[in-house]
Amino acid sequence: MKRIKLLTIIVLVLVVSAFTVKGVISKTDKGYKVGDMATDFKLMNIDEKTVSMSDFEDAKGFIIVFTCNTCPYAVMYEDRIEALNRKYASKGYPVIAIMPNSITKKPGDNLDAMKMRAKEKGFTFPYLIDKDQSIYPQYGATKTPHTYILEKTDKGNVVRYIGAIDNNYKDESKVTKKYAEDAIDALLKGEPVPKAKTKAIGCSIKA
Amino acid sequence: MKYLILILLVAFTCCKGDQKNKKNYTKEVEKVSLSEKRSKLIELDIRNFDQLEELLNKEDNKVHIVNFWATWCGPCVKELPHFEEIYANYKDSNVEVLLVSLDFPSKYEKSLKPFLIKHNIQSQVVVLDDPDMDTWLPKVDTDWDGAIPVTLIYSKTKRELYKQTFTYGELEDKLKQFLN
Repeated sequence: MKRIKLLTIIVLVLVVSAFTVKGVISKTDKGYKVGDMATDFKLMNIDEKTVSMSDFEDAKGFIIVFTCNTCPYAVMYEDRIEALNRKYASKGYPVIAIMPNSITKKPGDNLDAMKMRAKEKGFTFPYLIDKDQSIYPQYGATKTPHTYILEKTDKGNVVRYIGAIDNNYKDESKVTKKYAEDAIDALLKGEPVPKAKTKAIGCSIKA
Repeated sequence: MKYLILILLVAFTCCKGDQKNKKNYTKEVEKVSLSEKRSKLIELDIRNFDQLEELLNKEDNKVHIVNFWATWCGPCVKELPHFEEIYANYKDSNVEVLLVSLDFPSKYEKSLKPFLIKHNIQSQVVVLDDPDMDTWLPKVDTDWDGAIPVTLIYSKTKRELYKQTFTYGELEDKLKQFLN
């Protein structure tokens, strides 16, 4: 009898740990694919109020950008992220920027630094901090900047685009493909996104 | 046009260096070797992806370790000495190390060259200047999401991308899987 009890416990432990390990892997390695339903979040903004996608009642979708202060690639895209918000927020696609880095590893990305950067650059979009680092793994973001375009549907926010904002991080004047804009323009017209996934270079998110 | 400027810059810097050397030719050997080092490093090997691609697909009998890094990338700089050490210890065992810098052109003079000089980097360094990332990232490896640091190890028969940072031991372990 004792033996059976012990066996049951061992089996239980094994099963539970197997699930846990699997959970962790799928969290960090997989993330969302185009077509998946994206989770909402409740994260601290630079004005120290929390922001969720559900706060935007009139939105048709969202431009979620995982970005930060300290990555040069992210910095090179700051003005273009702001431009996206100015162009598309009024059309129903506001930008929500999320800073995913550990602030122990990257003190230059702490909330005060984020506030300062937003003020300097005149960001008109929410700039949130993923303080528990719980949101970016669900999305599958691996770097800054990393862009997700979501379309609001009756069932939730569907991922319609993942990748880069455009095809030239270095020189905006030499951009020939505006992936993010093309995706939103298509969604606004009710058409399929022409290129739903692109590769973007960036700085690995510091966990 | 970019190349023309670069050539002019190199030419100018060389001449300037020469004149300096002529003036100071009586000075100690130390100074000469330093200026030699500098002029050697003036010639950064700057490539677009098409020009880099051959270095990622060599069909020789060597094992190639290719690390993508930048001077501004903290974790990259931290692991760089391990690549140098691997190169020092394995260069006679048919192992080559290629450090692909993703530093931006505006930082070549200010950051990259001083870094290479200061740390006396011995591995081959090339600079990749190609902003069309969606085109070239998958050509390095379809599995690469674009985050750096990242390391590619390949031989004629095996090719693996490592989306991680390395300690010396970890890097050596991976390398040994290619050396059998």
